Order: sequence, then C-alpha cells, then structure tokens
Amino acid sequence: MFPTPIQKTPRSWQITYQSFLPIALIMWLLPLIAVAIFSVKPEGDFSAGEYWSLPSTFGGWENYGKVFFQSDMPRYLLNSLLITVPTAIGAVALACMAGFALGIYRFKLNLWIFFLFVAGNFVPFQILMVPVRDLTLDLGLYNTKTGLVLFHIAFQTGFCTLFMRNFIKGLPFPLIEAARVEGIAEWRIFVYIVLPLMKPAIAALCVLIFTFIWNDYFWAIVLTQGVESQPVTAGITSFNAQFRAAYHLMSAGAIVAALPPVAIFFLMQKHFIAGLTLGAVK
Amino acid sequence: MSTATLAKSEYEQENRSWYKRNEISITPWLFMAPAILFFMVYVIIPIFQSFEISLFEWDGLGAREYIGTDNYVELWDDPAFYTSLRNNLIWLILYLLAIPAGLFIALFLNQTVVGIRLYKSLFFFPFVISQVVVGLVFTWFYDPTFGLFNTVIGWVGLGPINVLGDPTYVTYGIIAAGLWPQTAYCMILYLTGLNAVDPEQIEAARLDGAKGWKMLWYVVVPQLKPATFIAFVVTIIGALRSFDLISVMTNGGPFGESRVLSFYMFEVALSEYGFRMGYGAAIAVVLFLIMLFFIAYFLYSMYRDERGR
Repeated sequence: MFPTPIQKTPRSWQITYQSFLPIALIMWLLPLIAVAIFSVKPEGDFSAGEYWSLPSTFGGWENYGKVFFQSDMPRYLLNSLLITVPTAIGAVALACMAGFALGIYRFKLNLWIFFLFVAGNFVPFQILMVPVRDLTLDLGLYNTKTGLVLFHIAFQTGFCTLFMRNFIKGLPFPLIEAARVEGIAEWRIFVYIVLPLMKPAIAALCVLIFTFIWNDYFWAIVLTQGVESQPVTAGITSFNAQFRAAYHLMSAGAIVAALPPVAIFFLMQKHFIAGLTLGAVK
Repeated sequence: MSTATLAKSEYEQENRSWYKRNEISITPWLFMAPAILFFMVYVIIPIFQSFEISLFEWDGLGAREYIGTDNYVELWDDPAFYTSLRNNLIWLILYLLAIPAGLFIALFLNQTVVGIRLYKSLFFFPFVISQVVVGLVFTWFYDPTFGLFNTVIGWVGLGPINVLGDPTYVTYGIIAAGLWPQTAYCMILYLTGLNAVDPEQIEAARLDGAKGWKMLWYVVVPQLKPATFIAFVVTIIGALRSFDLISVMTNGGPFGESRVLSFYMFEVALSEYGFRMGYGAAIAVVLFLIMLFFIAYFLYSMYRDERGR
C-alpha cells in the first residue's frame, strides 16, 4: 500500500489527516453544495441580494413543488427514462452477442471487427452528426424518442462490445470446450453457460449506459426538439432560458435532473466502478 | 406418408449436418450480425458520408451542389477556424492535468480510516452528474456579481473577474469546469490501480530506503501504467469531444472566443450561422483526422497488448 498507512504514522498526523478529509471534501463539492442550498432558499432571499446567507426560511417544498407541478420537468424526466432504459437494454443485448462471438471464436477477421468497434467508439460525434440527422429525418424518426434510442443503441454498442469481449476473454475457456465435447449446440453454450457468467458484466454495463445516456446532451439537441421527446438535459437548458434569474427554481431543477444517475451510482457502486475501470488493473 | 416423413427427416438430417459441420464458423457471424448492422448504419457509414458531404454546398434540405475542395479552401482562411483549433489545443494540453490531479487525490484517499469508502464515492460525484448540470453550476460559480468564485477572490482583494465574459479567461474557465469531473474519473482509475499495487515491492523498496517522491516515481507509478494508459485515452477523447460545457456555459462566446472545432461545426451546420452542412462536415473531418491520430495510437497499443497475451 502506498502511501504509508495512516495507522503507522504519528498520532498528530493521524488527527490532521482525519480532520482535513471533510474540509477537502467540502472544498471539492463546494459548487454542488452551493446549488443544494440555493434550491431550498425562498425566492425572497434572492431578490434581497442574500445569495450566500443561510436560507431565511426553508423554501424547499415550494421550489421543488414548482419544479414538479408547474413546469415541464416531469415530462422531460419521463422522456429521459423512456430513452435511457430501452437504450441500455438494446446496447447490452447486442454487445453480449457480439462480445461472445469475438471472445470465444477464432476466425480470420476477429481482431479487425473488434478494432472496428473500438475505433468507432472513439470518433468525435460531429463526424456522424450530419449523416445521422439526415438518416433519422429520412426514416421519419426525427424528433422522436425512437430515433434517439436507435442511434444511442448503435453507438453504445461499440463500447459495450469492447467491454463484453474483454470480459468473456477472461472466462475459463475449458468450460466451453467441455460443453462442445458434450455436443451442446453453440447457441445453447451462449444461453446456458456464458450468459449466466456474464451477470456482473451485464449489471456494470447497464448502470454505465444508463448514466451515459441520461447525461447525453449533444444528440438530444441534434435529433429532437420540444418537450414531447427531449430528455432532461435538453429540458434543463430550456428551463434555464425560461427561469434565467430564478436561481432557486433552476437549482431545484438541476438537482432533480442530476438525481437519477446519482441514485443509480450509489445503489450499484461496485458495478459502476468495475465498468469504468475495466482494464485499469492487470 | 411414411416415405414423405422419412424424406423430410432425411432432408433435415442433411440440412442439420451441413449446419453442424459449419456450426463453429457460422455461429460467430450470426451472433455479430445485429451489432455489426447497427454499427455500420449509424457509425461507420456516416463517417464516410461526412467525407463526401464535405465536398458539397448543402443546406440540408435542397439539392446538393458539388464544389470540390472549396469548403476546405474556405476553412483555410477562416479566422474562427483557427480560434477553434487553438482552443482545441489548449483543451488537449490542460485537460491532461486531470491525470496528475486524479493521482494526487487517489493517493490522498488511499487510506483505511472510518468512512473512507463514502469519501471516495463522494469525491467521484462530479463525474456522475451531467455536463449540462456541471456547466450550469459553474456558470453561477463564475457569476461576476454573486458567484462563489468572485466572492472568494474578493476576500483576498482581487476581482471581480467576469470569467465567462472575458475573451482571455473564458476558455480556461470552461476547462476548469471540465477538469472537475475528469479529475474524478482519473481518481477512480488510480484508486483501483493502487489496490493492485504489489505490497511486497513497496516493502522491498522501503527497506532499500526509498520513500516519498522516489517511491512514488520509481515503484508505484510504473505499476500504475495500465491505469495511466486508460486515463490518458479517456482524457484525450474527453478533451476533443468537449461540447456540452461550451454550449451551456458560453454558447461559444464572447465573440466566439470559447469555440472549439466540435462546437464550431455544430454552430455552422445547425444554428444561427445557417445550415451549411457541407462546411460543417469539412470542420468535422478535420476534427476526425486529429482524433484519428490518437485512435491509431490507441489501437496500436491494444494490438501490441493482444499479441502479448
């Protein structure tokens, strides 16, 4: 372990470290803490110029109430959910199959196809923007959630396949050989042997894709417009235009928009981090 | 009847045996087909289409007019293009600060004390939040009248600075906002890497009298190489993809001074500067070629790795 374990250092240093931890955390999260406080301040505090005082009264109910009952926020949240969940399911399903093929079988083009997915996953979005927007228009899917979902599934498949393939490569291959000797059909090997072993990888990817797609902004503004189909990231910016100076409402809205991925992260922390740090340890 | 069934089952037998004989070579293609199809239609083919569109004058609706390399010639003389290019370079260089910063925080948190797990996840927080929200938060943070930033520098007698309204500071201000979540990401990569550092090597080095910086540089950092590689990859990509923060915080301004290629492309193709799809595609091609340089390097590293397995 590096640095020296704190338990082996002088008592005074231990106390310094312990007391510095919360201070460092507060400094690190200061902008967020400020927004959290903003979101529970009553409107009057802002018009009186009292930005940095503690809330004079607790205005949280009113602020959040307005966000939920007098704005389009609930609609945007629902849109985000209807975009994010199908994308996660679709991309992970495609990647499970492709990852299985690339991880288990030896064939000539294996590495090339794998690299195709990896390289595609790295490209800047702008190189895809005009053709994808055009394609979506041609399919009659512009400004629909379906159009957004289809693109997201396709693009995320790149990263997911990279992930799945590496995960499957790490599984014990003799297991598959043994099944083959038994004469089990290849698709059965996938369904009954490999798929159950992939559960942690599937969980990790679902959580990651949920977060990535929930937080996507670029494709939301390229492929959709208006409250019927836009997700919450695009919604919060139009919210911003509407309530520019209403910091209490904007803060509450921002927190509501940020909460779902944060909640997922805390519930599935182990999987989330395992997914992000894939390959960071060898 | 019986002969027919027999024939049918024989046919099936035959058919099955053909499939059986080739099962191992066909199955992977069946499994890959949907993913490849989706990826081709939405990712690979559009890359080539963008190259093609960049040779046209096109408003996205009407007829395309072939103009050869005129878009690229125009780009050559476009001051906004050079501003974007310069800012991309600044992003690329400064964004890499996330790597040492992430390592520093990881080392700071790499202890076993009560509640450290919660600290680690709270430090990771900024990465989980959408860049749109990060952008909004930092816009208020920099606000010249009441923002936290100006309040704090006001205590030491400086400011107020209108970070996002000043052409000299604006890009740095946005990058600082971007570094916040990116550092969190690098921190998580390093925390995982540090878990796997071989304690025996540390002990051995300690007996040899190595400590502090020397220990870090000669013993720990080499063992963190896989984490550093991934941090490098995601940071470079993040820097070149920067769009959300710029769009939310400044919309490219003031005077277009915070544009980067990805944002300028969007502006040209889909925003008030008119629907110049061809010109936008030309900008995207330039950005893609810059990225291709890194992608080739990443793929080469992966290829070497695969060979080594």
